[in-house]
Amino acid sequence: MSALDSLYQQVILDHAKARHGDGELPDADAEHFERNPTCGDEITVRVRLEPGTDRIAGLAWQGDGCSISMASASVLTDMAVGRTVPELLALTEEFRTMMRSRGAGEPDEDVLEDLVAFHGVSKFVMRVKCGMLAWVAAEAAAREATTRS
Amino acid sequence: MVTVVAPNQPLTESEVEAIKRDFPILQQEVNGFPLAYLDSGATAERPRQVLDAERRFLEHDNAAVHRGAHTLAALSTDAYEDARATVAEFVGAASPSEVVWTANATDALNLVAYGIANASRGRGGPDAERFRIGPGDEVLVTEAEHHANLVPWQELAALTGATLRWVPVADDGTWTAEDAVALVSDRTKVVAFAHVSNVTGMVAPVSAVVAAAHAHGALVVLDACQSAPHRPLDVQALGVDFAAFSGHKMLGPNGIGVLWGRHELLDALPPFRTGGSMITTVTMEHTDFMPAPERFEAGTQPVSQAVALAEAVRYLQGIGMERVRAHEEHLAERMLTGLAAIPGIHVVGPPAGVPRSGLVSFDVDGVHAHDVSQYLDAQGIAVRSGHHCAQPLHRRLGLVATSRASTYVYTTEQDVDRFLTAVGEVRGYFGATA
Repeated sequence: MSALDSLYQQVILDHAKARHGDGELPDADAEHFERNPTCGDEITVRVRLEPGTDRIAGLAWQGDGCSISMASASVLTDMAVGRTVPELLALTEEFRTMMRSRGAGEPDEDVLEDLVAFHGVSKFVMRVKCGMLAWVAAEAAAREATTRS
Repeated sequence: MVTVVAPNQPLTESEVEAIKRDFPILQQEVNGFPLAYLDSGATAERPRQVLDAERRFLEHDNAAVHRGAHTLAALSTDAYEDARATVAEFVGAASPSEVVWTANATDALNLVAYGIANASRGRGGPDAERFRIGPGDEVLVTEAEHHANLVPWQELAALTGATLRWVPVADDGTWTAEDAVALVSDRTKVVAFAHVSNVTGMVAPVSAVVAAAHAHGALVVLDACQSAPHRPLDVQALGVDFAAFSGHKMLGPNGIGVLWGRHELLDALPPFRTGGSMITTVTMEHTDFMPAPERFEAGTQPVSQAVALAEAVRYLQGIGMERVRAHEEHLAERMLTGLAAIPGIHVVGPPAGVPRSGLVSFDVDGVHAHDVSQYLDAQGIAVRSGHHCAQPLHRRLGLVATSRASTYVYTTEQDVDRFLTAVGEVRGYFGATA
């Protein structure tokens, strides 16, 4: 596989087009805006919890960015809904560790699921922030949602 | 055999190949391909002559300037001032003392903005009164400015109570002399704009804006970052009051830039940074400042960088700035023609047939600029992606980011053709053609 193809795995290209979760979220408990000032990519992630719990009932986002950042937001939506906030924060830490690995190690597919497709991105240091953007926003929105509910 | 070449003739392919051989960094492969460096608008590469000049200076002459009586101090001071004279002549300054060394163009523009802010607070005495601005006064920029020529003026307005106004751009990112002149009035105290846009490549209608500004007593500050390296620049012929540019964009080092200013203005403008080397008398209560340019050059100076920048200027003069311009306009034409033939590519900037510099920014349908740049990089082609430090312009164009290919003296037609071929493949790779 070429270096370019290892960056742009088919899973990433597919998610970048599908954009799961792209849109409004009625009755959101919290939202958070993140911007990558170096490239201008931006995203707002909104989170809604099941009433009286810390389980994520809904997550949606609106943003504009490169295929890596948009695909990452799409995968986030698939993986976040149904998890508790502590579970999402733990998963975010796992993802962050992989994204900072510079391509080292073997990511755990049982834990990271579709996120393993981003392992190749970790070799491109200029693109790591693109991959993390939606997750950093979700982290903040999820934390805030728990303090409000 | 001596061949006579018209001063405005584009470089021949063999001339460009010879120039390219002077640049060690361009002799390498990147990602398995010969490097096609199309990001000179961000920073230019340096020829062996410039690298050698800096090394030669550091191996033989280096010392702090304008202090000390030893031999190296004298050699360094001479080299430093010779470099100033070389740059002064290059831009058509009336004298070397009109050239102030700065860290870069951003630093130079801040020097003017904060000098005016200091004058507006009463610093600089009666001579500086001419710079004073406040509530009711206006600073005029354009919507197309690089942040370096926008944010310092926003800050100046915020510090003084003056109002920042801007010339709006059209849908292609350009603005006209008429639009600018219409906004100039007796309230206008400063007009600041780029000679050549770093995004659109538009060449500003300098003389018309200068005429209007001066008719109303306003100062004109020219961001010459994308013009000084790429075309003949004659600050006196343009009639502006200040001009700023960076060494690293014109084959020279980082950490050295230039503020040119009309002498009587520089001598009256209060300093922005204060400290050693810029004073005549210091007591515990008060300090008298040197005249320009020293009043703006506080602290230990970047001497080897100035020496190397002068060598870069001589290198460019050896080619001839008219020929540099002709070469880059020829390459820009080749890029524009090639991009026009690729479906889904939208070029920002002046329409075909209108003069523009040798850079082209563009948007690709369905593919983000970052992905475009990454795809090209895999083939050893370096282009810029992002907002190019011009967020308001991109917002106005309805774009988060664009890709930009920018040329210089070492850019070959082959570089441009490889770029065009790769851009032609991008939408297919990312599935954006469906």
